Amino acid sequence: MTSMLDINGKTVAVKAAPETPLLWVLRDELGLTGTKFGCGMAQCGACTVHVNGDPVRACVTPIAALSGAKIATIESLGGAHPLQQAWVKHDVPQCGYCQSGQIMSAAALLAQTKAPSDEDIDNAMSGNICRCGTYQRIRAAIKDAAGLTAATAVAAPAAQGPGKSVAANDIDDDIAAASGSTSRGVGQ
Amino acid sequence: MNGPFETLRRPDGVSRRDLVVGATLVGGALLVGCSPADLMSAGSKVEPGAFGPFIQFDPDGAVTVLSKHIEFGQGNHAGLAAIVAEELDADWSRVRVVHAPANAKLYGNSTAGIQLTGGSSAISNSWEQLRKAGAAARAMFVQAAATRWNVPVGQVTVKDGVVAHASGKSAGFGELIADAAKVTPPEAPTLKDPKTFTLIGSDRVRRKDSLIKSTGAARYTQDVQLPNMLVAMVAHPPRFGASVKSFDADDARKVAGVVDVYEIPTGVAVVADTTYAARMGREALKVEWDEGKVETRSSATIAQQWRDIAAGKGPSDLKWEAFDSKGDAAAASAGKGASVFETTYDFPYLAHATMEPMNCVAIVDGSKVKLIHGSQAQTLDQMNAAKIVKTLPGSVEIETLFAGGSFGRRANFPSDYVAECVAIAHKVGGGRPVKLVWTREDDMRAGFFRPLVHHAVRVTLDKDGYPATWRHRIVTQSIMKGAPMPSKGPDQTAIEGTAGSPYLKATPVVDAQLALPEGGVPVLWWRSVGATHTAFVMEHTIDQLALKAGKDPVDYRRALYAKIGPEGERHLAVLNLAVEKAGPAPAAGFTRGVAVHESFGSVVAQVAEVKLVDGHPRVGRVVTAIDCGVAVSPDQVAAQMEGGTCYGLSAALYGEITLTDGKVDQSNFDTYRVLRMNEAPTVETHILPSGNPPSGVGEPGTPVIAPAVANALLALSKTPTTRLPFVRAEA
Repeated sequence: MTSMLDINGKTVAVKAAPETPLLWVLRDELGLTGTKFGCGMAQCGACTVHVNGDPVRACVTPIAALSGAKIATIESLGGAHPLQQAWVKHDVPQCGYCQSGQIMSAAALLAQTKAPSDEDIDNAMSGNICRCGTYQRIRAAIKDAAGLTAATAVAAPAAQGPGKSVAANDIDDDIAAASGSTSRGVGQ
Repeated sequence: MNGPFETLRRPDGVSRRDLVVGATLVGGALLVGCSPADLMSAGSKVEPGAFGPFIQFDPDGAVTVLSKHIEFGQGNHAGLAAIVAEELDADWSRVRVVHAPANAKLYGNSTAGIQLTGGSSAISNSWEQLRKAGAAARAMFVQAAATRWNVPVGQVTVKDGVVAHASGKSAGFGELIADAAKVTPPEAPTLKDPKTFTLIGSDRVRRKDSLIKSTGAARYTQDVQLPNMLVAMVAHPPRFGASVKSFDADDARKVAGVVDVYEIPTGVAVVADTTYAARMGREALKVEWDEGKVETRSSATIAQQWRDIAAGKGPSDLKWEAFDSKGDAAAASAGKGASVFETTYDFPYLAHATMEPMNCVAIVDGSKVKLIHGSQAQTLDQMNAAKIVKTLPGSVEIETLFAGGSFGRRANFPSDYVAECVAIAHKVGGGRPVKLVWTREDDMRAGFFRPLVHHAVRVTLDKDGYPATWRHRIVTQSIMKGAPMPSKGPDQTAIEGTAGSPYLKATPVVDAQLALPEGGVPVLWWRSVGATHTAFVMEHTIDQLALKAGKDPVDYRRALYAKIGPEGERHLAVLNLAVEKAGPAPAAGFTRGVAVHESFGSVVAQVAEVKLVDGHPRVGRVVTAIDCGVAVSPDQVAAQMEGGTCYGLSAALYGEITLTDGKVDQSNFDTYRVLRMNEAPTVETHILPSGNPPSGVGEPGTPVIAPAVANALLALSKTPTTRLPFVRAEA
């Protein structure tokens, strides 16, 4: 049996049975592996995608429920999305496995709330677990992408020297100056 | 090199070394005459390039650094590449990093002796090695240019990947590769004076993988797709130590997409065309387990047994090992009255709970094995895979991928999930790739937990309020028991941090002992290993002693560090830096707690600001100071302090694996609660300037936060914390 799905702006025919969670259709059948498997029960957010603009956990969403819906995955952001640029600028990822889901949750937040408060960020992002503990850089990057950092940016970290300080909330200026940031994504 | 192995000589071209390894594999004996690295790399086809095992050059001059260490979040790839780039004088923007292949001889961890990422040693064990590698390659390019231009070597300079001479001649690495590759590498290349470093220690040393980890393009084991690949899931027994008695796979085989079902040593494997089919097939399996030798105790029972042992009520045949003793041990047990402080601490089993559940891809074709996975201990994985397929360990090819976290989980002596995947791929055979996928439930219930630990502490104070005697008992299960070559003396992973503590050094009479009762629960190192409990015990005890003595806990520590002279200087320096940077007062409504702990060669001090929200601790600002020697990447040191603090805080607040009648009660993040965005602290990192070689960073940030929070709660409520986690799951 074939189902038709609208994924990243394209209509695709998939063979999986209707009860199959979207996550496994994306990953195994369509090769869209940016959306990650973390828990299988909507506890960790690693599989977050957008369905009609809302953040949805693909691991518990059967494709039968998605007829006619517009589905967007991390691959749809293209790499130059302001959140992705901010993620690179702040070197948010560590292991990186949760970050697709984090960015999709953050993208849904910013689409609906242009200038999120800390409480807005907590509410939107607390469904996404990061075991590496990159939360404070995620927060900083969301604010940066939302254009909220200018007022809060503090001095850049100096090179190693006496009492050198690196507070991640404070690194914006420096990286902005040093980056052009695409070169830092090259490699691997 | 004569001896029993002479008889193994065969005329078929198989090398003697390979035979020795074969004999080792069959007989399990350790052999004399070959280095362990020889044995473990036997059969390998991995060879170093013209510029050694760590550096390759593209024709356009781009530099590739081969990392012998896996990158699973620690930022080590950035640091390792920077060490090479610094000495090579490469253009940092044109340096990339890849995982090296598996070969114990070329890529062994000089701390561990095998290819393994652990002990926060990636940067420290590579420091000299990669500086020399970069400097040697640089010298080869300089020599090649000097020869081509007919100028003295001393007049050739290198900067940002450009080799130049004052005459105006210049060439990129790419133009000189062929000539440079022919130059004999210097055996002792000249290293830079660290004062002249321009990259190391600068904020230019940033991650190379942030973009691909922000677009979904980074490749993890879970993402591997190969032609004709099967996906496997395994039905595991509900209790540790059980084996398959019988199974009925009729319904499983009827599930669309299921290809086959196999019994393997760890359970029953269902292989299918897709992950979902494998999962549905597994759900349709019926398995009966032989539970003749299983662990049936509940964790509460085990904890009580540990407490009884510490109180001297354990089995008479259980051995105590002294790990620190000085002065009159009897005095540490004697003494009564107001000067005595006595307490105990209980720590639960902890799951690593990596974001990416354990998984592996294996391809087995006869005696040929290829593994594609986030390998943390390539040599162990090679040896365990080789045992199953009966081949030489070095011949097991490994493509190491990024891993979605590990925190120690992906390196263990039996290579549990890797061996499981190889066993399945061996059954499938024919070179057909098999991807083993564990669900979150598989992962959380498979064990290899941080062991359950009990400490009993008895301290008497002298007339000035400082420790005069210190009696310490630790009871836990041994992590190192399963090591192929067990080391002598007490299991360091159980005592490190109490052993070597500056507070024991400052105490005239010490009687510290360890007992390691047996247990059926697989246990393992967990980010910061022994320090996960010893830091808590030592640092929270100190605040309670200071309280008893009527002294300020920061001043109390300073006095104890001063008592031990130079050995306390680094502790004192980070404590002072953290306290200074924290400033005079906490944010309104918060109370401060301080802790300091040395692990993996680095010393970390934290000032944590804590308040109670609905009766539970909430951590706000955490001011961190670290002495980690030279900080190759200050930004990634900060990232590890942030992440390590969250990891430690998550466990301290909520982390607890329990067993009921031997079955793990938790299964997913709904029952194993972890730290989330709304509970995350804001960590500031201050790096102590140092000219010492780099020491650990990935783990030392983890163990300090729990005692800092406990100390804040002690200051707030005068109530000590004698067990973790702070917040117990609702019963």
